[in-house]
Amino acid sequence: MFDSFSAEHLARAQFAFTVSFHIIFPAFSIGLASYLAVLEGLWLKTKDEVYLELFNFWKAIFAVAFGMGVVSGIVMSYEFGTNWSVFSDKAGPIIGPLMGYEVLSAFFLEAGFLGVMLFGLKRVGPKLHFLATLMVAVGTLFSAFWILSVNSWMQTPAGYGINDQGQFVPTDWWAAIFNPSFPYRLVHMVLAAYLTTSLVVGAVGAWHLLRKTAPRRASKMFSMAMWMAALVAPIQILAGDQHGLNTLEHQPVKVMAMEGHFESHPDGAPLILFGLPDQDEQTVDYALEIPKLSSLILKHDLNAPLQGLDTVPRDKQPPVAIVFWSFRVMVAIGFAILGLGLWSLYARWRKQLYDSPWLLRAAVVMGPSGFIAVLAGWVTTEVGRQPYTIYGLLETSQSLSPVAAPAVSASLTAFIIVYFTVFSAGVFYIFRLMDKLPRETDDEIADAPIRTATGLTGTPKGGAA
Amino acid sequence: MTIDLPFIWAGLIAFAVMAYVVLDGFDLGIGILFPFFRKKEDKDVMMNSVAPVWDGNETWLVLGGGGLLAAFPLAYAVILPALYAPIIAMLLGLVFRGVAFEYRWRTHRGQWFWNLAFAAGSLVAALSQGIVLGTLVQGIPVEGRAYAGGWWDWATPFSFMTGIAVAAGYVFLGAGWLVWKTEGALQSKALRIARNSGLATVVAMGIFSLWSPFKHPEYMERWFGWPTVIFSLIVPLGVLCFIWLGYTGYKRCDGPKLFFSALGLFVLGYVGIGISFYPYMVPHSLTIWDAAAPDDSLSFLLAGAVVLIPIILIYTAYAYWVFRGKVRASEGYH
Ligand code: HDD
Ligand code: HEM
Ligand code: HEM
Repeated sequence: MFDSFSAEHLARAQFAFTVSFHIIFPAFSIGLASYLAVLEGLWLKTKDEVYLELFNFWKAIFAVAFGMGVVSGIVMSYEFGTNWSVFSDKAGPIIGPLMGYEVLSAFFLEAGFLGVMLFGLKRVGPKLHFLATLMVAVGTLFSAFWILSVNSWMQTPAGYGINDQGQFVPTDWWAAIFNPSFPYRLVHMVLAAYLTTSLVVGAVGAWHLLRKTAPRRASKMFSMAMWMAALVAPIQILAGDQHGLNTLEHQPVKVMAMEGHFESHPDGAPLILFGLPDQDEQTVDYALEIPKLSSLILKHDLNAPLQGLDTVPRDKQPPVAIVFWSFRVMVAIGFAILGLGLWSLYARWRKQLYDSPWLLRAAVVMGPSGFIAVLAGWVTTEVGRQPYTIYGLLETSQSLSPVAAPAVSASLTAFIIVYFTVFSAGVFYIFRLMDKLPRETDDEIADAPIRTATGLTGTPKGGAA
Repeated sequence: MTIDLPFIWAGLIAFAVMAYVVLDGFDLGIGILFPFFRKKEDKDVMMNSVAPVWDGNETWLVLGGGGLLAAFPLAYAVILPALYAPIIAMLLGLVFRGVAFEYRWRTHRGQWFWNLAFAAGSLVAALSQGIVLGTLVQGIPVEGRAYAGGWWDWATPFSFMTGIAVAAGYVFLGAGWLVWKTEGALQSKALRIARNSGLATVVAMGIFSLWSPFKHPEYMERWFGWPTVIFSLIVPLGVLCFIWLGYTGYKRCDGPKLFFSALGLFVLGYVGIGISFYPYMVPHSLTIWDAAAPDDSLSFLLAGAVVLIPIILIYTAYAYWVFRGKVRASEGYH
């Protein structure tokens, strides 16, 4: 299917494809696990059944998403060896133990308590069950901690030496784990997961408010989600800004690509809002620029000099157009989320949060935007560090397994077919679950129109379709 | 005295893989058995009997792979390319069967498909794992720091035999588990399957033991040379004990006995293979010490493993305890 490509390109495409699929599910389950813990906690505290209903509703969705995260994750942990064996040999002594900690402290914790959380409420009682839910949530956060440490180490390596076999070996674990980009990446990613989840929850709430399915439940989740979006979006933009400044310090070439700066600007660089980067000509066509703004953002000084890609040999430049565009997509979505959050605050203040149809529709439309931002952000990060797998030290082309192109193309084809089949089915089931918010009891829905005998009303809560 | 960290890690990884084989082994076995039970209720019960624990079981596989990368990066970098096709097949098999646990409950019309995915995915994963074992026994050639064989070297009659052997063993484990966790007609059927697959497992172990010494002179020497020959005598004795245990379990329809008989056979076979492999990490190419990461890496992760693995074992045991007893179709939150 991919005859004209080299094994390296195929392996890169395969890694990008499988990890992009994988990240979608953790981004959702990190956020959702915490949300479930909050819901259950509120239920235990207030004894208000609405929280239990919401908990059960989202729990079923969580189970499907988590399952997809697990199976796509297992693929990842073996793919390092099948496709990037030289990288594994060289970086294994450092990233291996970090991923080992992820397995020991996170994956077992999640998996061990997931069963109790999904199936065990009647068997262990509410208190222990709540503990299980908390453990699952904590597990997802530990998981993010370790894997992001690994990824950040590859971006900004620290605390290592190089031995006779050319392996990276640890000299200072603390420095390796808390490498320069890690704190920023961790904060930004966990916030991204929370935002992504809040947008999904908000969209489902809004959808059911629009359809008047179960007003009390729907408004509860809509309100919770909008608080989250309104509060976290500004923090996320701030965190992203700090992340970018840190990247400027440690991976300046990536920032040049994000900004589309082919030329150096000795006295104040413009912010290129849009344009078409042309890497062969090393220019940005049709650029729409704001003079000196880039220097202001990156250096807090209108006239600060900024170097451009003209200082970097052509073969050490990342693919500029991808990085340039993916970065803009992420930032645009970030501001759109902020907009939604502010709108919801305004509507809340006007006491019209639950009956502003346009706000509700906007929230529905924004439902998937967190995922797109997450993917765009990762593409910026990963493509922006090319041509290296370990920044400045190990090139991607030298990381590859001695595999032949046909083997990689066959496996890539298989992954594409299987992932699209399996995960589209999963997403379809998730949509169906989202659509089936159980109706409220008679007195709760006294004012809502009752739909008759469509087949929907007869379905017991959480029942299979 | 210095601590031999690579040796300890070899033991830990062996333990993780062992734990994986017996734990995921029985739920893969149940997957393989899915098509043999026609009634929907039976399938529901079978799946519910493992649904709360399968994810934890599979995590041992991640520990095996992740631990190998951490402690023996060179072995990881050699073994996985050598086994490219079976590993990818295993991963895809695990994808299908893993999602089936949830998807199956989410559709009526498409349920047959996820039943099939569960069974076929489990079977493919089991066969692939057996092929991986066979390939390791055959030995993996290494040059410099890379795999030096061809893409299809793994595909031999021997490795297909080990593939089938492992699948048969998993079915035995799964059937034992079902006898333990179920009742009535389902249980009687599982009992018959346990008998047949138990026999098949023992036969397969026999073939394996007769065939593998011819795969490499070192095995011959290990098996019949002093002092390792002691094990060559003890292991078959142990096998006899577990066959006896399985037999009485079958006679009395006693699930735990059957299950532990299967488990015991696996452990013994595993120990036998371990003895044959020692001191190699990648048979006949890289020893444990050749492949090991530097001590700083090994000790760093060991510190955590020593604390965390016992805790993991405790809460895993707790999770099994919570779901003890016979399983019924109506259970589960779906
Ligand atoms: C909901 C998701 C989301 C949103 C709304 C944003 N980001 Fe982001 N961003 C991510 C999700 C994300 C991410 C997926 O989590 C990344 C990929 C890797 C990482 O650490 O975070 C990321 C990476 C990332 C990087 C790359 C850093 C590097 O690779 O070295 C920068 C500079 C920013 N972000 C900056 C921003 C700014 C200025 C935003 C303001 C609007 C923003 N992000 C919104
Ligand atoms: C935190 C865990 C991650 C690790 C350890 C990691 C590691 C890697 C490695 C080893 C490669 C292959 C070599 C290369 O081409 O650079 C790669 C490439 C890539 N990864 Fe990641 N990655 C991670 C997360 C992600 C995520 C979540 C995405 C989501 C979109 C992503 C997107 C990509 C892309 C697009 C490439 C291909 C870049 C290119 O070849 O131009 N990565 N990553
Ligand atoms: C190349 C990089 C990656 C590898 C090798 C990897 C590996 C894995 C594995 C093996 C699992 C299954 C665990 C289980 O059996 O329970 C998993 C799940 C998970 N991963 Fe990844 N992962 C990668 C990237 C990421 C990233 C970038 C994040 C988030 C920041 C992440 C967060 C999680 C979480 C939270 C889970 C739990 C399952 C779920 O939420 O769906 N992983 N990963």
